[in-house]
Amino acid sequence: MNCNYACKTVDHGVSRRAFLGGIGGLGLGALANPLAAKGLTVQQKRVLVVFLAGGVSQLETWDPKPGVVTGGPFRAIPTSVPGIHISELLPYTASWMHKLALVRGINTKENDHGKGSYIMHTGRRQEPANEYPHLGSVCSKLLTEDKNPLPGYLNITPNGAGAQNSKDAAYLGPRFGSVSISDGKAPANLEKPGAINSEAEMQRHLLRQNANERFYARRKSAMTEAYTQTYDQARMLMEKRGLFDITSESGKLADRYGKHDFGRHCLLSRRLLEGGATFVKVSHTNYDTHHENFDFHIEQLGEFDRTFATLLEDLDVRGLLDSTLVVVMSEFGRTPTINRNYGRDHWGTAWSVAMGGCGIQKGAVVGKTNATGTAVVDREVNGGHLFHTYLKALGFDSKKNFYVDQRPLPMADPKASPIEEILL
Amino acid sequence: MQNDKDAKKEAPKTPEVVKPSPPPVFPGLDPAAARQAKEFKHTTALLACRYEPAGKFLFTSGQDNTLQRWEIETAKKTDMAGHSSWVRAMVFAPKEKLLFSGGYDGQIISWNYESAEPIPLRQVLAHQGWIRALSVDPAGQKLVSCGNDGRIAIWSIPELKPVHSWQAHENHVYQVGFHPSGKEIVSVDLKGMVRIWDLTGKKIREIEAKALHKYDSGFGADIGGARSMAFSTDGTVLALAGITNVTNAFAGVGNPIILLVDWATGKITKELTSKEKFQGTMWGVAWHPAGFVAGTAGGNGGMLWFWKPDQANEFAAIKLADNARDISIAPNGKAIAIPSYGGFARIFDITPNLNPPKETPPKVPPAKK
Repeated sequence: MNCNYACKTVDHGVSRRAFLGGIGGLGLGALANPLAAKGLTVQQKRVLVVFLAGGVSQLETWDPKPGVVTGGPFRAIPTSVPGIHISELLPYTASWMHKLALVRGINTKENDHGKGSYIMHTGRRQEPANEYPHLGSVCSKLLTEDKNPLPGYLNITPNGAGAQNSKDAAYLGPRFGSVSISDGKAPANLEKPGAINSEAEMQRHLLRQNANERFYARRKSAMTEAYTQTYDQARMLMEKRGLFDITSESGKLADRYGKHDFGRHCLLSRRLLEGGATFVKVSHTNYDTHHENFDFHIEQLGEFDRTFATLLEDLDVRGLLDSTLVVVMSEFGRTPTINRNYGRDHWGTAWSVAMGGCGIQKGAVVGKTNATGTAVVDREVNGGHLFHTYLKALGFDSKKNFYVDQRPLPMADPKASPIEEILL
Repeated sequence: MQNDKDAKKEAPKTPEVVKPSPPPVFPGLDPAAARQAKEFKHTTALLACRYEPAGKFLFTSGQDNTLQRWEIETAKKTDMAGHSSWVRAMVFAPKEKLLFSGGYDGQIISWNYESAEPIPLRQVLAHQGWIRALSVDPAGQKLVSCGNDGRIAIWSIPELKPVHSWQAHENHVYQVGFHPSGKEIVSVDLKGMVRIWDLTGKKIREIEAKALHKYDSGFGADIGGARSMAFSTDGTVLALAGITNVTNAFAGVGNPIILLVDWATGKITKELTSKEKFQGTMWGVAWHPAGFVAGTAGGNGGMLWFWKPDQANEFAAIKLADNARDISIAPNGKAIAIPSYGGFARIFDITPNLNPPKETPPKVPPAKK
């Protein structure tokens, strides 16, 4: 469902603050007061999603099954939480388990990359007639201050073009779509051209503002609003361009993050979160290991493990971890059955996600798979439950609605609910 | 007067006749007639196999972390537990009657392989990370191992005491072996870097086997390395097996290959591939004492090929029932063992087939009424 502002009411211009505080009256403001009570009284909350693209193996990460036919060659190692074991491929992360929680009973019933990714980003299954907003867009809507110079949903990608992806926001409107940060490089043209001084730049801005206001008087849509907002945000972002420069970090810290792409991108994530970003997604590619699953998981998790542990520590040391929801997810897990090419295939039936930080119990484990990892035997959950959990961890009532054109749209799948056992 | 050059120009052209090369002859052997003679079934997929030096037993390893000893004549199986991960490296010290196994748990275990119930005699944590290969020197006094820690280590036989070790590669080491002279050690890593060392760990030279490596930028990962390695009997040629032409690392889209390296010059002299393109990895290579090379692959099914070392394409190809994962030639040279994904260890007889299956006459369709 698109956000067209067909009714042309002023409600659509309501800000996050108005949304939370009820200043806007109708529309989105209908959700305001209950959230405001909790949302505004706490310090800024942030979200970091580490997306292990392609589908990381739960057996090689959070739910190892050593010594059984499906277990593969890796052993389980103890963690900083007595009784919790994870794969030997994650020794650094294991030492941070006391800050993390595991959900081991996920069954999304989906083995397709695109559909699985959609479930994990939106908490819903794809429907022909409806589009649902990504978690990043929802967090951008709920958590990002209007005057925040950083886009509310930053998506650091390993490659591709930097772009704004309004579709991610669905009915919330294009201004809450993701902004891709390709290969961790700052968006283009953040430097003011040398020939234009500050005074001239301000005059140009005022002229543009006047023109926009005249245009708005006659027609206004979510798209035009997003256009203007993007322009304003770009101006503010120019002042914050230094955030994208990871070379200003100490060499020692950069070494700990790792000189590889994922290391650089995670260091940038921390800088952005510390600099006021609301939602940062960083991807690590790739885990779609139909062939040589074990060799490739050594290689990929070797990069992930130390970098991720460093990122957790860095956030913790800076006092950011308890107010940052950290989620490590994929589009699905991988089959317990080891195929003829030493690979594991797509598997949405029984897999795991790790999370920690804001609102999450430290060292908790919920859900259980059977001895060979082929089925969930305790506390089965799906993408909807996870989505509810993220929102509740951030202090929101995930059972509430968004309102678009006065039509209530549940923030999260009404058929699911938060995983209370893992929440503070 | 015509000079020689003009004479060559005007010489009548004769059509070039390409004669099919005659099938190679190996006395007492006929690899092209390879046929399954025995089949042993384990409960899980198998990873590797080795004939013991007397040829009485075949040892295999499975995805359940155990080794299996099969008495070839009777098919009697004895399970051998000791590792806590998969095992792909097995090698014998015949004088000491010892089998050494190297596992992905980083351990080397010595076994009394002829005993009624082989048990771990000695056990050492040799590497941080997987051990993929072991080799015993021709004198049977030293064992060499390699690991994912990039190190090579030499151990005494039978004590398994460390003799010497060194950081040999920046990447996971996939193969290590003594040269038949016993004076040099060769190692190969994930990126196809071949390094030759003296026994003190001093690097003598290195060779890049680029065909055995690719960085797949789409997936952000390296694929490659020598998955198997074998010297010719006289030590003049080294064969390295793996995957090449990789277009999709994570789906295993590539072709099996064996590279032949001239030991004296360090040059890659031949790339052995199959006539019909096959998608998969060459998991096993062996030099037969009669002078031919045997290779087994797994991917879209399993294959066994035989090559003459001077010809790029095979002289015989045998389709296997399922993915092959290793190869071992019987000490008498008359059979080849191949372990498979399906859990089978299959023994192929490569002697001339004196009782070939009779060709069944083509069926004649019944005449229409």
